[in-house]
Amino acid sequence: MSAPSLTRSSKAKGSQREPILSRSAAMLIMGVFTLYFLIPIWWLLVSSTKTQGQFTTTPALIFTPDAIPNFIDNISGLFAYNDGVFLKWILNSVLYAGAGALLGTVIASMCGYALAKYGFRGREAVFNLVLSGVLVPATALALPLFLIFSQVGLTNTFWAVFLPSIVSPFGVYLARIYAASSVPDELLEAARLDGSNEVRTFFTVATRLMAPALVTIFLFQFVAIWNNFFLPLIMLRDPSLFPVTLGLYSWNSAIGQNPELRSFVIIGAFVSIIPLIIAFLSLQRFWSGGLAAGSIK
Amino acid sequence: MQRNLRTVAMAAAVVSALALAGCASATPDTASGGCEPSDGPVDLTFTSWVPGMDQVVALWNEKNPDIQVEFQTGPNGNSGTYQNFFNQIKAGNAPDVGQVEYDALPSFRVQDGLENIAGCGDILAAGDQFVDWTWSQVTFGEDNAVYAIPQDSGPTAMYYRADLFEAAGIPVPTTWAEYADAAAKIKALGSYITNFPKTDVNWFAGMVWQNNGQWFENNGEDWTVDLTSPESLEVADYWQGLLDRGEVSTLASFSDEWNASFNTGQQWTWISAVWGASTIKSGAPDTSGKWAVAQMPQWNAGDDAAGNWGGSSSAVLKGSKHPYEAAQFALWLNTDPDALEMANELGGLYPASKDGANLPVFTAGQEFYGGQKIYDVFAEASAQVIPNFVWGPTMTQTYTDVSDGFGAALGGSGTLADALATGTEKTIAALKAQSIPVAE
Repeated sequence: MSAPSLTRSSKAKGSQREPILSRSAAMLIMGVFTLYFLIPIWWLLVSSTKTQGQFTTTPALIFTPDAIPNFIDNISGLFAYNDGVFLKWILNSVLYAGAGALLGTVIASMCGYALAKYGFRGREAVFNLVLSGVLVPATALALPLFLIFSQVGLTNTFWAVFLPSIVSPFGVYLARIYAASSVPDELLEAARLDGSNEVRTFFTVATRLMAPALVTIFLFQFVAIWNNFFLPLIMLRDPSLFPVTLGLYSWNSAIGQNPELRSFVIIGAFVSIIPLIIAFLSLQRFWSGGLAAGSIK
Repeated sequence: MQRNLRTVAMAAAVVSALALAGCASATPDTASGGCEPSDGPVDLTFTSWVPGMDQVVALWNEKNPDIQVEFQTGPNGNSGTYQNFFNQIKAGNAPDVGQVEYDALPSFRVQDGLENIAGCGDILAAGDQFVDWTWSQVTFGEDNAVYAIPQDSGPTAMYYRADLFEAAGIPVPTTWAEYADAAAKIKALGSYITNFPKTDVNWFAGMVWQNNGQWFENNGEDWTVDLTSPESLEVADYWQGLLDRGEVSTLASFSDEWNASFNTGQQWTWISAVWGASTIKSGAPDTSGKWAVAQMPQWNAGDDAAGNWGGSSSAVLKGSKHPYEAAQFALWLNTDPDALEMANELGGLYPASKDGANLPVFTAGQEFYGGQKIYDVFAEASAQVIPNFVWGPTMTQTYTDVSDGFGAALGGSGTLADALATGTEKTIAALKAQSIPVAE
């Protein structure tokens, strides 16, 4: 009797001490990582308020007194340079990532839903085949895609970047797992009995239940397309089709010929992360909820 | 052109008598026949990463309604555009004209990526219009062969802080021996004469070039690779000495710290190419008016040899359906005074065309350089670049391996000469791996 209570009490003591230790350790680690991740962004923010000359003449992480007018100058210079091509790049990225993620989410969720809810011969084979697509890095596919698109004359077009972007094996996987656990068969049966056809059932019943997963798929896909650099690099030559990542990379590689571009690359990089921040802040509630729900079930 | 500096390299070279033709096992048609003007209107594509080239193309399109050029762009060659060219050549949709740096031309040549445009109208005769060494680069010394039109070049000279040299009473060095003396005195004052850039192997190649050294040879059949010729080792040992005595810094060129060191007077000189003028100007704004440019130090007093760092050509890529028009466009692009002026103003190019050096923009005094007409110095240097330097067919690999060795040497393991020896071995291995014939 006494032995267990002893154990219990020592455990209780330990668990009192541990939280303080582990909490401060956790805080410390989180603090270090937060700094680690935020310092580059801080540097980017500070640097985008500097003139060309101030890069080398002022401390890297401290604002200069004329930061605000410089920032305004840099921004207006950025959007004016080369007939405003930067704005075009941002809009291209929004289009590739926004439309690509939307369409990709629809396709992946329909596919995942079908795999979860319809029994048919070869279902597991199809699913495993799609799943193996998760393992193939997108960069490994870029060159074969280029050669295929060359055959059909679609390189250096909007479609060359858009079409490969709407495919998301991971989205299919997530949608299947989520549909299997969150869409009850009874509900679908009820819908059928009420005379709803399969497509309508999917869009009116299943998608609502799957909403957290859909948001997750959308965000993953949006970020993946926004950050996809290699595919546009290989596919595109026309600067009016570039996404912002490729445009900034091109500018950065031409700083030697035109040092003025250095300012524009920095302020452009700063501007280009803003849409991502907006997407995260507005959708992150769904994202975390969706991930947690999916993992528990 | 210049940009590539860091990543890799540029620079140029020439192959005079030693034709690359040899690698010809992989490169069939060297004949220059079959280049006739097309009937009717022609559409061409042109890929370049030089800022402002789109506006030069617009000028051409305005003047040539029947030959319309579509401008395409991308990152600089070694950052992706060369790989894209090779992919496109494989897929059969390469641009008609592409920008290719001199040190990348051999790799395109051995992979049969270039059209011989010697038979396209008067291209062969156009050689007189270009600085000799640049023309040797694009012909590889072959007879009746032209694979590209020279675009720009990077003759080297010495940028130096005239005010600091004068205040310290140190004479401006004209030989490498004097340069080493000055380095010791400047070190005693707490500064550096310059930096040794471990990653700019193409810069180092330019120094070897100035010393009349060679790294590669091609006899029409086999490649010879030797980065450790006496001339090359002389350069390596010289800089090793400066490094051992701590008289040069090891800052990475083009880094913020490096720019700051110029801006604060911690580094007094930079041996660099003509395009370096804008690099210093943008990186060291507080030193305006204090710089000057002189011919680079010589190995023997009284010599007048210059090196080269960077430069590129406009090549007609394999598979072009209109090589004649493509060649005419490339020639116009690199000889027309209006085109050259725009390319300089917007893209910072220093033309390979002889007449290009006389453009008004190159005859004015430069405020940042104390009013000196610095382009006179570079025009002189350009004529002094030794015309027969040869680049190898796998320069990206060579640069990487030598740079790794330089990095180790700076870290105290091995010497610059060791790095060159290792670079030789690895380059030979790389050539063999690609079935490029190597003479042992």
